[in-house]
Amino acid sequence: MRRHLHLCAAVSMLVGAAHAQDNAVLERLKTMEDRIKALEAEVADLKGQKAAPEAGVPVAPTAQAPAAAVAAGGTLPVYGGSQAAASKVFNPDIAVIGDFIGTGGKNPVVPSPAFEMHESEVAFQAILDPYSRADFFLSFGEHNVTLEEGYLTFPALPGHLDLRAGKMRAAFGKVNTLHNHVLPWVDRPLVTQNLVGGEDGINDAGLSLSRILPAPGGLFVEGTAQVFRGDSDNVFHSWRANNLSTVGHLRGYRDISESTNVDIGVSYARGASPVAPGLFSQLYGIDATLRWKPLRRSIYHSFTGRAEFIWDRNETNLVAGSPVFTRQTPFGYFVSAEYQFARRWFAGARFDWSERALNALDRDTGGSAVLTYWPSEFSQVRGQYRRTRYAEALTANEILFQFIFSIGAHGAHPF
Amino acid sequence: MSIRRILIVAGLLAGMCPAASKLNVVTSTEDLAAIGREIGGDHISIDSIAKGYQDPHFVEPKPSFLLKLQKADLLAVVGLQLEIGWLPPLINQSGNSKIQVGSRGYLDLSTFCEILEVPTGVITRAEGDVHPLGNPHYWLDPENGRRIARAMKDKFSEMQPADAAYFDQHLKDFEQRLTEAEKRWDAQMAPYKGRKVITYHRSFPNFSKRFGLNVVDYVEPKPGIPPTPSHTLEVINRMKQENIKLILVEPYFDMRTPNSIAQQVGGTALVLLPSVGGEKQVQTYFQLFDYDINLLTTAFGKYK
Repeated sequence: MRRHLHLCAAVSMLVGAAHAQDNAVLERLKTMEDRIKALEAEVADLKGQKAAPEAGVPVAPTAQAPAAAVAAGGTLPVYGGSQAAASKVFNPDIAVIGDFIGTGGKNPVVPSPAFEMHESEVAFQAILDPYSRADFFLSFGEHNVTLEEGYLTFPALPGHLDLRAGKMRAAFGKVNTLHNHVLPWVDRPLVTQNLVGGEDGINDAGLSLSRILPAPGGLFVEGTAQVFRGDSDNVFHSWRANNLSTVGHLRGYRDISESTNVDIGVSYARGASPVAPGLFSQLYGIDATLRWKPLRRSIYHSFTGRAEFIWDRNETNLVAGSPVFTRQTPFGYFVSAEYQFARRWFAGARFDWSERALNALDRDTGGSAVLTYWPSEFSQVRGQYRRTRYAEALTANEILFQFIFSIGAHGAHPF
Repeated sequence: MSIRRILIVAGLLAGMCPAASKLNVVTSTEDLAAIGREIGGDHISIDSIAKGYQDPHFVEPKPSFLLKLQKADLLAVVGLQLEIGWLPPLINQSGNSKIQVGSRGYLDLSTFCEILEVPTGVITRAEGDVHPLGNPHYWLDPENGRRIARAMKDKFSEMQPADAAYFDQHLKDFEQRLTEAEKRWDAQMAPYKGRKVITYHRSFPNFSKRFGLNVVDYVEPKPGIPPTPSHTLEVINRMKQENIKLILVEPYFDMRTPNSIAQQVGGTALVLLPSVGGEKQVQTYFQLFDYDINLLTTAFGKYK
């Protein structure tokens, strides 16, 4: 009896195994059959694409094409792969931009590391819905991450208004609005460092409203009004919830000819001073840019001249810890020029002059010579010689070099 | 007041009202504007952003263009990422809801045309500045010009239905003239079918396919990458081996390398126009093909 039981068990195991094997074979056949069907459909589709399209019927295999083809009465095969791709259609454009900086020379006042992966900017950008788009720029340092910008834009409000909400670089002058990787230098000018918060600049959470204003004779005029929480590095500090900061910018632009144009802006910013509660700082700025780019040879030659003048009207205690605050108006400016002398080569120079925000009697000056090479549209190599004379009567001579490299689909920056 | 009187007063008031304003069309390139002008005639106003003699890949998004876009009812674009480096910020900053991507007033004409060189397989930037959706210079085939015209006629009629018959008549007239011109162009190019040429950039695949040119190499080693000495040498050797005499160059590229190659092989570097407006005398879609085909046939005739 026991032997019979063992025999039965063995037979049933064998039958089970045979069934399992059959199932596996059937499964494999089914997979192959599905695969053949998918390939047949793919071949049919490819044959259909080869035929010359009828005029007026959308045909191009672009992102818009499937919807258009369906609208025209066509049928499109649906594959697993295409479904997977479709699920990614609404993913935002993603890009990563690396900014590697090396520094040689001696700077006793603002020392820099010999090598530094200065920033890795990660951008996510997409149209959100029929009314708005969203842009996020995360800035990864070697040891920390910050949200450089993250905002929602309503580009098509009634009255041609453009509204932004989120964290953003304030529209104060030109340099403050620029991300590191689009600067024409390795560093930022001294006036930006001393009076406008340096690399982070006036960059805060708030609302921005701008509009193109009516103007005569082909003049482009744009007004921007912004209100922020009031925290911007060492420029403004919100001691209380109602310590909001405000920024206003008026921009005038005109084409002098098809190759040359001039861009002039005036800026104003006001916010609570970081020195002490109850104090307020006001910044005034003028920026001017002259550009020349001959259209027939625009990829080979261009010139850009820039200047920015900034006044900072603030109150400060000239002696540390003193309860006596003195009103002062430190001032600073830079002037720079950049000439593209070949398809991938640019040479430039910059002169810096700036008093310091906390003591207008302290004055830094400097000068730089810059050489830039673009191996491609997506990478850039730059060298900069920088000489800075600090208020402490110390002089720094430095050589900076920089690699900027971009992967992904970073959108174009505004002009 | 009787209904009749009301109707009469309403009719008079309607008569006093100014005529509905023209459809305001902005195109990204002069080629689209030239075709749009053929269809819209004086019942639309049409203007372009990029000039025909500048590289359409690299246009500065100047604020003065925003003034055009702000008032536009319709924005017609080439698409296939040709304008990706400059048009998106202009659209975003225009403050014009009508022309935002996906809106009724945004017309991507690439979706109506036959597109060549659509990459297959894995695409990386190691291949240079490739257009992942296909070559965007598709307007250089008259058949695609016809498709663009039809798509524009439909869109103009949709947006300004009162003039639909006018647009339809203009389309018929355009197509008739295009058919006649194509016969002329085909006859001119027929003796040179299969001729091998070099082009600077990949601007002419549709033109080459339509008129039977055989583009065997490019001055650029890869799209958007400037000529290198080693690749230039390869091109020279190939031209010598295969007795190729013509290098076709877009008007916005430096002529030094093409001229140098031409000198080495005893050939000619020709500035062939990829766009309307590339030269002063080329102001219409027909003049573009007339100019290019005359230039080519004269040059081919020189090298029999």
